[in-house]
Amino acid sequence: MSEDLYRWADGLTLGTDIDNPVMPFLRQDRIPHIWCPGCGIGTTVNCFARALTESGLDLNKVAIVSGIGCTGRVAGYMNLDSFHTTHGRAIPFATGLKLANPELKVVVYSGDGDLFAIGGNHFVHAARRNMDIMVVCVNNFTYGMTGGQVAPTTPLGPSQTTMPYGNFEPSFNLPYLADACGAVYVARWTVYHVKQLAKAMQEGLKKKGFVFIEALSPCPTLYSRRNRLGDGVDQLKYYKEKSVQKNGADTKDLALSYQGDIIVGKFVDRERPTWLESMNEHLSRVLGTQYQPYGVTHAED
Amino acid sequence: MHADPKGVLTGVHFIDGDHAACEGALAAGCRFVAGYPITPSTEVVERFAARIPTVGGVFIQMEDEIASSIAIQGAAWGGQKVMTVTSGPGLSLMMEHVGLAAFTETPCVFVDVQRGGPSTGLPTLPAQADMMQVKWGSHGDYEPIALAPNSPQECFDLMIKAFNLAEIYRVPVFFMMDEVVGHMTERVQIPPAEEIEVVERRWTAKRPGQYRPYEVGADLVPEMVKAGDGYRIHITGLTHDERGYPAMNAAAQDKLVRRIRDKIRRHADALVDIREDSVEGADVVVVSFGITSRIAAAAIDAARRQGVKVGHMRLVITWPFPAQRIAAVAQRVRGFVVPELNMGQMVLEVERAVAGRVPTLSVPHAGGTVHEPEVILEKILEAAR
Repeated sequence: MSEDLYRWADGLTLGTDIDNPVMPFLRQDRIPHIWCPGCGIGTTVNCFARALTESGLDLNKVAIVSGIGCTGRVAGYMNLDSFHTTHGRAIPFATGLKLANPELKVVVYSGDGDLFAIGGNHFVHAARRNMDIMVVCVNNFTYGMTGGQVAPTTPLGPSQTTMPYGNFEPSFNLPYLADACGAVYVARWTVYHVKQLAKAMQEGLKKKGFVFIEALSPCPTLYSRRNRLGDGVDQLKYYKEKSVQKNGADTKDLALSYQGDIIVGKFVDRERPTWLESMNEHLSRVLGTQYQPYGVTHAED
Repeated sequence: MHADPKGVLTGVHFIDGDHAACEGALAAGCRFVAGYPITPSTEVVERFAARIPTVGGVFIQMEDEIASSIAIQGAAWGGQKVMTVTSGPGLSLMMEHVGLAAFTETPCVFVDVQRGGPSTGLPTLPAQADMMQVKWGSHGDYEPIALAPNSPQECFDLMIKAFNLAEIYRVPVFFMMDEVVGHMTERVQIPPAEEIEVVERRWTAKRPGQYRPYEVGADLVPEMVKAGDGYRIHITGLTHDERGYPAMNAAAQDKLVRRIRDKIRRHADALVDIREDSVEGADVVVVSFGITSRIAAAAIDAARRQGVKVGHMRLVITWPFPAQRIAAVAQRVRGFVVPELNMGQMVLEVERAVAGRVPTLSVPHAGGTVHEPEVILEKILEAAR
């Protein structure tokens, strides 16, 4: 991935016109984006674009749904059918979208506060149902858009504007939560691990059922600066130094601590019938020929 | 176009309003319902869950009303006609998504089988106390449409109208039932599919690249596409321009909020649906809606037996409020009487339209049962004096 990006960057410097391979995936009339220097959300978008390329999916059949917040803006920059919904409610919107038009591949792309505080109930139920959607959570441990408030992912210790003396609330272990609720694919990477993150997204796009990918990302403006952790590059160095890859690790061992070790990898990859498959299978069995089978679960089926 | 026969249960039935409302939705082409159990509305989704597998579509019981009220909007953008069903407490939870539907111009129907409130109130007993909530409940300015059936037959007939209006104007449409209408069992005649007119979504004929999601013509209502058709739309609850892109400035806000208001206000005449009885020549006019209109009719009969010239205006569409018609009638009568199962909500609109020309007498009722006709009769006689 990085090679052609470097070629593109060189092209900018040299005045040549080598296209950025990611550009076709972006709404170019909406650039520049709103994200701060050193923020990792753009890096995840780059990985997502690469995953879309590699997936071979018909991009007219891929829809992206975001909630509210910094990561909530991702949908608006992607050159896909895209929906920027309400705070915390991207997953139920995506549920309706997928069920109304099952040939779509539906991706929810949102932040940790959006998905796990205000939207936590929807996450656990969509995973329980094995709704056929892929959920990408950019976890920056904070509420960025509103100015650095404590999140359900903030580790114990760091100061946040609404935890000015340091956070004393325990945080979620997101892969453990996703696993317990029934997600069929669970992975965690950081924005240092661009190739692995892109590959996880690519696998997630191909996977049928509820997919959860956590991407740790710096928030240099609010989380890092407030806690004297340096800039975005310093956080990348932290990710590089403290990340330990343990594929298949027990998800209960994946809790994060303040600037502590980060276990990354793919933890869950299993098969379970999706909500629509279960509905079609069950109602066909119970109602026989009276039943009108509904939709298909994937475009390629 | 005509209704899809698959969803139409042609024949004569003896069913309650909740069941009839479900049949109306199926006949109207609704193929996606998301809901959450709440008395006294649950029978609507229970019937839909039982019926939809053989019609072809989806029912999903969501984790709460917040989820239900946005799952239907995802499904609308996936191409389906959609509905959610609730009662007071659930309606309160849905309010943010009423605004989302209004701002993103997502056609959808919200059924509210009203019960006594506030809070948990009287779950199994009637009220009509959500009338102002559906007009004003979500933050910001918007213009919803609301209909108020007064019988199981109307729960069927008007539900089709509710779906059609949602498609024509691309607004959230509220179907304002109440516990009595919902649980009252009466004869309901469902006509053959070819006698039921349903309005298709305003699909665009434009090709990708030419189409802009919020570009409008003279009627101020944009054309629609669905996800997956290659248009690569962006839809946001932020203030947006014709491309659907966020445009966060006062000029864009003024243009958009004005348009979503005007697309209803400019069609206010077409949206008047009042069933009038002997309004011409009346001295007193009773303005009512929903179940209360049936009690009012009994009071009006009694007043007429005493020689009072009473007319009846039954509002079938309550929002937008038919202020012009009320104002015109106010020129010729001695007073209005407004009974409703709340402490005086729609009477405020009647007063606004009457503008002090003649007295407007409220007949409030906190809910839990319907009015006694005598209470309404007393006010009619007072207005006639």
